[in-house]
Amino acid sequence: MRKTSLNMVYELAKRDPRVVFIGSDLGPDTLKQLKAELPNQFLMEGVSEANIVTMAAGLALEGKIPYINTIATFLTRRCFEQIVLDLGLHRTKVRLIGSGGGLVYAPLGPTHLATDDIAILRAVPNMTILAPCDADEMRRLMWQTLDVDGPVYIRLGKGGDPIVSRADLPCEIGRAIPIRDGRDALIVATGICLQVALEAAAELEKQGVAAGVLHVHTLKPLDAAAFLEKAAPVRVILTIEEHTLVGGLGSAVAEIIAEAGFNPAKRFKRIGIPDVFPDQYGSQSGLMKRYGITASAAAAAVLNALKAARQETPTTTYCGS
Amino acid sequence: MTATISPATPEAIALDSRSKSLRRMIVRALAAGGRGHLGAAFSVVEILRVLYDDVMQFDPRNPRRPDRDRFLLSKGHGCLALYAILADKGFFPEAELDKFCAADGILGGHPEYGKVPGVEASTGSLGHGFSMGVGFALAAKLDGRAHRVFIVMGDGECSEGTIWEAALCASKHKLDQLTLLIDYNKQQTYGTIAEVQGLEPLAAKWEAFGFSVREVNGHDVGALRSTLAAVPFAPGKPSAIICHTIKGKGASFTEGNLSWHHRTKVSSAEAASLLAAIEGE
Repeated sequence: MRKTSLNMVYELAKRDPRVVFIGSDLGPDTLKQLKAELPNQFLMEGVSEANIVTMAAGLALEGKIPYINTIATFLTRRCFEQIVLDLGLHRTKVRLIGSGGGLVYAPLGPTHLATDDIAILRAVPNMTILAPCDADEMRRLMWQTLDVDGPVYIRLGKGGDPIVSRADLPCEIGRAIPIRDGRDALIVATGICLQVALEAAAELEKQGVAAGVLHVHTLKPLDAAAFLEKAAPVRVILTIEEHTLVGGLGSAVAEIIAEAGFNPAKRFKRIGIPDVFPDQYGSQSGLMKRYGITASAAAAAVLNALKAARQETPTTTYCGS
Repeated sequence: MTATISPATPEAIALDSRSKSLRRMIVRALAAGGRGHLGAAFSVVEILRVLYDDVMQFDPRNPRRPDRDRFLLSKGHGCLALYAILADKGFFPEAELDKFCAADGILGGHPEYGKVPGVEASTGSLGHGFSMGVGFALAAKLDGRAHRVFIVMGDGECSEGTIWEAALCASKHKLDQLTLLIDYNKQQTYGTIAEVQGLEPLAAKWEAFGFSVREVNGHDVGALRSTLAAVPFAPGKPSAIICHTIKGKGASFTEGNLSWHHRTKVSSAEAASLLAAIEGE
């Protein structure tokens, strides 16, 4: 996914002279073609994320569209105030490409695990947050990033992620994609967790449960209308994310549910990283398994919630005379 | 070492009528809002005055004119001085000063981009304006445009790590269209710079970071003019001017007086005392 997104920066730079790539001390061959062909649109800076983000804001105020890439934790935590003030407040067209969103860098430990990037960036007004599910979707979304007003954060998965997005479905920043329909439950996923959601839905189907899947590649602005439409008929809603349960997709969906006033109420469950610093190394998939971010855990969660819903006494609404 | 201009004693400078007039405008806004960072504003009046009167190219009727020189007040809390000179130049009506910090005004306690004509970026959190200016200057360099970037930064602000990240970056990109003016009044909120976190040797630090450095009396209009007329001091190098100043310069009882760093509940009697003290200088 990272390779695709950087290749896309090269394609965008060829198309639009306003595009400038800024790396923060990346690998030696990063975008060497861009550097060779369009040297004025390629910058490789030192390990100085805070300066880079504000400098990019300055470039953007002068008409450039900077795309900054480095490891997601450094691009979000280290320079958070720069993001809030110089990107959010100034509404600058700066694009942050965060490598290793979620648990990708599992072997490197908690300093490199971007488990809270969505939560902290959701709090920034004017910010757009994207978490594509695979390289194909990344390509479709990257084209659109040229036109978004204000800053955009693009969360990258590991790379080599299975292709689960579909070219036949509309893919538009700010619009969630209903991947499959289901009358019993709705699974809402973001990023590479779409793959987990689809596997869970397939597993549930075998057990006679029809689970719909809604893919939220844009976490901000969240497509509440699409969610409410798909959530209305089902009893159970499950969110899946490779992110802390504090402030991410699950929190955002919970906020919508809480204010929607569904009657009867929905059974709601979130799957994600609990409020801890991961304490093991290993692999991304290993840590996902440790925290139950798996198709089997998701399917079990839906089944348990459905069971609980069926045991509930149906709520009746009385209207005043 | 780059040649330096030895600073005359900042205390020795007597202010002329224009410097006094700008300070009266600062007091007008301070009195209207009942609050403000007076010391930081009085410290930079001559620096801003020379930049806007004698150095920078700009058009108050078209503040976004593409070929204008860019100015950034990285020490955004000194904004009362910026508002005074912008009003004086006609970027907005002087009457706006009477709505300083008011709900229906455009002039807040820190300057905001998009609200105040002539303000290039919202500053207030220290350590941002310099990096923003590096972006402005780098854009000019990449596009072969000739406009220049002038940044006024605080001495206490030099404690921010981003300042030194930006310094390395400006030097790497050979941004000789960028000039940094450091308001070296040697005081910060708690006490003296030396007491809180010393900066010396300051000129040598900027030299070491690849800047061409000069020092000047920051209240000496003539010295500021001749120094700024000489930028860039060296081709291919960003320029740093260390301006030796006095916090609160221009009213006897505010000079070097930390209680005037930031004041709230400024009374009309205090405002009158300030105006009288400015005249007495």
